Amino acid sequence: MDDSTTVLCRLTVNGDPRICAVDPGTTLLEALRYRLGLTGSKQGCDKGDCGACTVLLAGEPVLACITLVLACEGQAIETVEGLAGPGGPSALQDAFDRTGGAQCGFCTPGMLVSATALLRRNASPTRAEIQHALSGNLCRCTGYTKILEAVELAAAEMRARA
Amino acid sequence: MSREGRGKPPAPGMAIPEGRVMPKPDRLRPPAWEGGRTDAPNGGAFQVIGTRSRKVEGLAKVTGRAVYTDDLVLPRMLHAKLLRSIHAHARIVAIDASAALALPGVHAVITGRDLPEYFGIIPWTQDEQALCEHKVRYVGDAIAAVAADSERLCEDALRAIRVEYEVLPAVHDIDTALAHPEWQVNEKAVEGNISKQVRLEFGAVDAALANSDEVVEAEYWYEGSTHAPIEPHCCVAEFDATGFLTVWSSTQVAHYLHRDLAKVLGLPAQRIRVIQPVVGGAFGGKSEPFSLEFASAKLSMITGRPVKILYTREEVFYAHRGRHPMRLKYRTGIKRDGMLTGTDATVQIDGGAYSSFGLVTTYYSGQLLTAPYVFPAYRFDSTRVFTNKPCCGPKRGHGSVQPRFAFECQLDKLAEKIALDPIELRRRNAIGANTRTVNGMRVTSNGFLDCLDAVEKASQWQDKFRRLPYGRGVGVAGSTYISGTNYCIYPNEMPQAGVQLKLDRSGRATVFCGCSDIGQGVDSVLALIVCEELGLELRDVRVVAADTDLTPVDLGSYSSRETFMVGNACLDAARHLRETVAGTLAELWDVPKGQIVLAGGLACATSDPERLNMSIREAFQAAESRHGTLGSVGWYQSPVLGGDYRGGTIGASPAYSFTAHVAEVECDPETGIVDVKHIWVAHDCGRALSPVAVEGQMEGSAWMGFAEALFEEQVYKPAAPGHGFGLHHGPSLLDYRMPTSMDSPELHSLIVESVDPEGPYGAKEAGEGPLHPSVPAIANAIHDALGIRCDRLPFGPPSVLRTLRASDARAAWQRARAPLTHGTAR
Repeated sequence: MDDSTTVLCRLTVNGDPRICAVDPGTTLLEALRYRLGLTGSKQGCDKGDCGACTVLLAGEPVLACITLVLACEGQAIETVEGLAGPGGPSALQDAFDRTGGAQCGFCTPGMLVSATALLRRNASPTRAEIQHALSGNLCRCTGYTKILEAVELAAAEMRARA
Repeated sequence: MSREGRGKPPAPGMAIPEGRVMPKPDRLRPPAWEGGRTDAPNGGAFQVIGTRSRKVEGLAKVTGRAVYTDDLVLPRMLHAKLLRSIHAHARIVAIDASAALALPGVHAVITGRDLPEYFGIIPWTQDEQALCEHKVRYVGDAIAAVAADSERLCEDALRAIRVEYEVLPAVHDIDTALAHPEWQVNEKAVEGNISKQVRLEFGAVDAALANSDEVVEAEYWYEGSTHAPIEPHCCVAEFDATGFLTVWSSTQVAHYLHRDLAKVLGLPAQRIRVIQPVVGGAFGGKSEPFSLEFASAKLSMITGRPVKILYTREEVFYAHRGRHPMRLKYRTGIKRDGMLTGTDATVQIDGGAYSSFGLVTTYYSGQLLTAPYVFPAYRFDSTRVFTNKPCCGPKRGHGSVQPRFAFECQLDKLAEKIALDPIELRRRNAIGANTRTVNGMRVTSNGFLDCLDAVEKASQWQDKFRRLPYGRGVGVAGSTYISGTNYCIYPNEMPQAGVQLKLDRSGRATVFCGCSDIGQGVDSVLALIVCEELGLELRDVRVVAADTDLTPVDLGSYSSRETFMVGNACLDAARHLRETVAGTLAELWDVPKGQIVLAGGLACATSDPERLNMSIREAFQAAESRHGTLGSVGWYQSPVLGGDYRGGTIGASPAYSFTAHVAEVECDPETGIVDVKHIWVAHDCGRALSPVAVEGQMEGSAWMGFAEALFEEQVYKPAAPGHGFGLHHGPSLLDYRMPTSMDSPELHSLIVESVDPEGPYGAKEAGEGPLHPSVPAIANAIHDALGIRCDRLPFGPPSVLRTLRASDARAAWQRARAPLTHGTAR
């Protein structure tokens, strides 16, 4: 890192105010993983193709590997680490675990973030709506079947609880 | 190159004489348990085996806490990157790295001269160097490595390295490889560009074909594809001040990596520790050592600092070791009663630049075809060639997915010739249980007929086949696959899998095993077995795996061996301790040992459970008081298996899984787009230890086959003005067309349990078998829908349209509607 170009970037990450010193070319994913120690978000392609790095920026899913961290100045970021509450995993995370929605687990953080955004805006998504919401997240293990089941299960349980 | 002699022709479908397959006296034999190894330890029902359980590492994965290799950051850690060839085939004349080394923040540069030792996963074909010393063999071959303070500095340094090449003629396909032996890609080839040749014949093939009522002859092309796990390869190496090397790597074969690190680095193996962190997918693509592991280790030895290498996605496509492109020619005969006669196969295999597992691939391309159907006579002639492309290797269903595609299409064509329902044709030729294949492979449990029945019923086959309107159709295919191979890759008589088990007086068990969980769930298989035997709950079992300092050797995650072999080793380790604990309680309570039940965290005697009971923790403490510290080992070694001829052990497995698929498609004859709506997948996994995991493997496998059938191609650009041949067509996850959630069919898993007599609780593999039938089932469904034969992969719109226009598809479709002879499910 060239000191002469280093700038400070302020973010709210999973509710916590964070400041990191970055080179202007630093991506949000690099800042999260290598500056802030939040390694839950994954790098699968580093060019916006696979979705493993998906995080919420001001509530909307974005690809952290092609988002400059300085473009997020002052904004709220949510990562997979922020989805679980102090009492344990979220309903969606738990459903992924029970249905076998996570095999190798590498696409899982991005999947969970995309699906969380979907369930926040649509409590009763159809299977087609779930497929559409997750279409930017590649999974190589599951054939998507158990991921779709997990989202449907979580949605049903969240509706029953609401 | 080696040319194999003729095999002895054993009688196909012949029952095995008692005692025919006996272990040699010097081969280890696992303990024989009274009552075998297929039943629940407490008698009666299983407690946790077969339940829809979570995975041991599942919550860590869904909360983002699972630690993968690239998540590791060590103090003073440097980053490194590899310089890769821009030519498909060139001699390295000179390398000048002085400008790179002079850059501030660059700590070391290494080239092929620093790591000259050859390595390779198969001991007889070691033809790779960590960094090419004299010659590059494909665009992307590694030449040099730099270590610097950051990845970006590494990139600057790579640009500053000057390489002088002498460009050589490049071999881009099978025909060129054979036509131009003088353009030798790999000097370790014995002759020209031949990597391996296998010719084997079982029975009188020519006579069998001559005596057939119908013979189908066709040529097939199976395009190459790659694993593309979402986690790129990554490695961290640390050579410490005591001269001890630790390597963390996203590998699926920690043990083989351990051996090759010792060889290439010239370090004693006992001073190397290999640790496999959580792996983000592999599918065979991480089953041998790669340049990054040797380069990061060497750079750490030079700099005295930890060094990390993370491959870019582009580099993952160059690392490859994926599905071999194959050109397959088959002649298959049948009698009018639907019984197969003879099969004659010629297979040409495009291996890429190095050998990898290619010796095995070449055998597998012929040897693994001889079930689930009786082959009265069979001949195959398989040749693997070297070409100037990234090296092919073992992708899920290694070597046998391609011939399976061709053969199952052959069966569909034969069924049409004799107007027989293709499911009924497969039933009539099924090889059955407890028999031997024409090439001498022992088959024990076999649930193939149940698989056919299951997909026929679930898909409503009888209402759909030849009855759907033009553009819609169904197709069927079957397959078999190994549950582990009979021998280690390097010859030895030590166990193939080892487990150590420790019981703690806190009421916890810890399993130590060298096995490799790559997402398929083998760690959970170990935990479930320990729970079942020792009455623990899942959360009270800890699995320590794939760390060569801590765990006994297991050969790793390849050839679908983990559930069968590691499961058996674990079952034995757990049974030994169960005997100890149950024996202690039997003495304590003065009841027969058979009355002791360990389940759900409790121990009791069935004669008086109200009075004679205690917690498992108390039971462990009682046993420790009586017997001392509680620990055990278990190991697995397969019996001596296979045919009595050279190569006869390749393809031999202690158990075979069986699969049948029905695919349903909707095709648009205007655009050539094939939409796979459903795949019904019936798979005989012996016993489903974890049904969620088994379904996950069935769905993931069937999906990966679907992806190969319609979408994916690992192909390279031809020579053009300004560049030579060999650039990857699109080394990214956008251009390499991996199906998304919106492209994928509905997958229906139908588990079939044949309970294998030698599997742990009767289990066999599930991770690779269910891939095979996807491709031919889809091809056969397209024929039912459109009246065209898709003999070349992938079945994308250009290929489908071309085939449609080249033939009178409508007339063929109409002809196929002739009355059929149907069978009935048993």
